Amino acid sequence: MVDPVISATAVDLTFRTNDGPVHALKDVNLNIAKGDFVSFIGPSGCGKTTFLRCIAGLETPTGGTLTVNDMSPEEARRARAYGYVFQAAGLYPWRTIGGNVKLPLEIMGFSKADQAERVKRVLDLVDLAGFENKFPWQLSGGMQQRASIARALAFDADILLMDEPFGALDEIVRDHLNEQLLALWARTGKTIGFVTHSIPEAVYLSTRIVVMSPRPGRITDVIESTLPRERPLEIRDSPEFIAIAHRVREGLRAGHGDE
Amino acid sequence: MMRNVLPILTVVAVLLGVWLLAVVPMNIHLAADQAQRDGVAVVPDTPAARQEVGAVALAVRNPDVMASTYTLERPALPGPQQVVGELWRTTVAVRPSSKQSLIYHGWVTLSATLLGFAIGTTLGIVLAVGIVFSRTMDLSVMPWAIASQTIPILALAPMIIVIMGSLGIQGLLPKAIISAYLSFFPVVVGMVKGLRSPDAMQLDLLRTYHASPLQGLWKLRFPASLPYLFASLKIGISAALVGAIVGELPTGARAGFGARMLVGDQYGQPLVTWAALFAAAITAAVLVGIFAMLERWSARRMGAAA
Ligand SMILES: Nc1ncnc2c1ncn2[C@@H]1O[C@H](COP(=O)(O)OP(=O)(O)OP(=O)(O)O)[C@@H](O)[C@H]1O
Ligand SMILES: [Mg+2]
Repeated sequence: MVDPVISATAVDLTFRTNDGPVHALKDVNLNIAKGDFVSFIGPSGCGKTTFLRCIAGLETPTGGTLTVNDMSPEEARRARAYGYVFQAAGLYPWRTIGGNVKLPLEIMGFSKADQAERVKRVLDLVDLAGFENKFPWQLSGGMQQRASIARALAFDADILLMDEPFGALDEIVRDHLNEQLLALWARTGKTIGFVTHSIPEAVYLSTRIVVMSPRPGRITDVIESTLPRERPLEIRDSPEFIAIAHRVREGLRAGHGDE
Repeated sequence: MMRNVLPILTVVAVLLGVWLLAVVPMNIHLAADQAQRDGVAVVPDTPAARQEVGAVALAVRNPDVMASTYTLERPALPGPQQVVGELWRTTVAVRPSSKQSLIYHGWVTLSATLLGFAIGTTLGIVLAVGIVFSRTMDLSVMPWAIASQTIPILALAPMIIVIMGSLGIQGLLPKAIISAYLSFFPVVVGMVKGLRSPDAMQLDLLRTYHASPLQGLWKLRFPASLPYLFASLKIGISAALVGAIVGELPTGARAGFGARMLVGDQYGQPLVTWAALFAAAITAAVLVGIFAMLERWSARRMGAAA
């Protein structure tokens, strides 16, 4: 196997809180290869967000080792190795869509001409061409979320980390965005870490599905997808898809069983 | 537009009505004394006896005197038309450079106000940035800022004037310092709240870009704090005006709204005092109005729904 882009060995994280320690991650081992689309699924509080934040260097594990591009997550963050998409779009209301997408570019010191070119390119990529000069409140929730994805894509990081990016959207919009996300992944070859609560979404998108379980947060199963990379929406009715979804469901149930 | 103006006009009309009604009882004793001096028969016919009678009763018993309560030279409460007349006389009817002109006095107060407001606002913003970025400053500055506002400005103002005077600093600057003293506080409080208004997710987003603290301030915290800043500026500018006027009172300043109020009081010219009071109120309203307009303009620039 080629060097993994993200590698976690015995990662452990305990939050110190006023009500005592919270064991959010316990002995997490996972390798993510370049170009993988890895979904994290599991009940609320199982540490999905926490693990993604560890990868992003926003949270520091209290044990184990975690590397991103052979660097520490902190170094990778400084090297701007990834784009992060939060659950809420979190666009700045005082900036236009174009201005929001430009934000990381301004901070990272891209040239003006480069900025304009990139904004146009990533807005095209998420199907928001022509909305550059609109303000966030003029867009639907789904469009805002696409804009936030464009913002994460703008500086061409190889890794895209997404924490329930479509959690707040209705199913039809979500289907559409899932399709677009796959197309984008195929086109860009990025490595994607994706948190979701939805089994169909995880199965439809991923090359690997990581099933997690809470108290303490840990990985209970890693399912390799046998689906081809080319995936029309109809694939969700195929026996193969249903079989994988079934395995995920079983994994989730097993995780719950030994509480 | 009409919908905004109508409630305001209603309130103004009510206030004006109350004022007009109040003039009669407030002035009736004075008016009766004056009428008697002018040879009109008044009941009861001695000032001492009249003092025993309530204002309303006195008015009812001397209906002929009532009208003159609105035209006394030294009323306890001038009629609105008298105040308007005095305002007209001291603004439009005299040269702005004249010592009689409220425009001249207004400019004296206004210049101290604006200078003090600029100092206070700058200080307020600098302190707020310090408080937000430094825990030490948060713990050390904020209590002092709050404590500073518990000292009555009426006690402090003469001290500032006297101390600065003994250092040879007079005129504009001491008054501006008092204005700054009053106006920095709302700015500190509002800006601290505003600079802290971005949520954890917005701050994390900047961390993923590895943005510097200065970039965080510039790209996120400042823009997010603008609505708070404008709210503070509107309070701050009126506080600054009050500060400048208070700064004119204790030293017997010769110019400024405060000086006019004092002169009116000391030389028994209530109309002068009232006109200065109203001119100050109008000035404050205009200043606040300017900031409200700037606020709307900036909100539109920043994409607020029209
Ligand atoms: N900053 C923090 N301080 C203390 N405890 C925390 C913190 N962040 C998360 N936790 C705790 O860690 C555990 C895992 O939280 P996490 O947010 O990773 O769960 P999750 O799987 O993302 O859940 P959800 O699906 O609801 O988003 C929870 O018990 C949570 O209360
Ligand atoms: Mg979460």
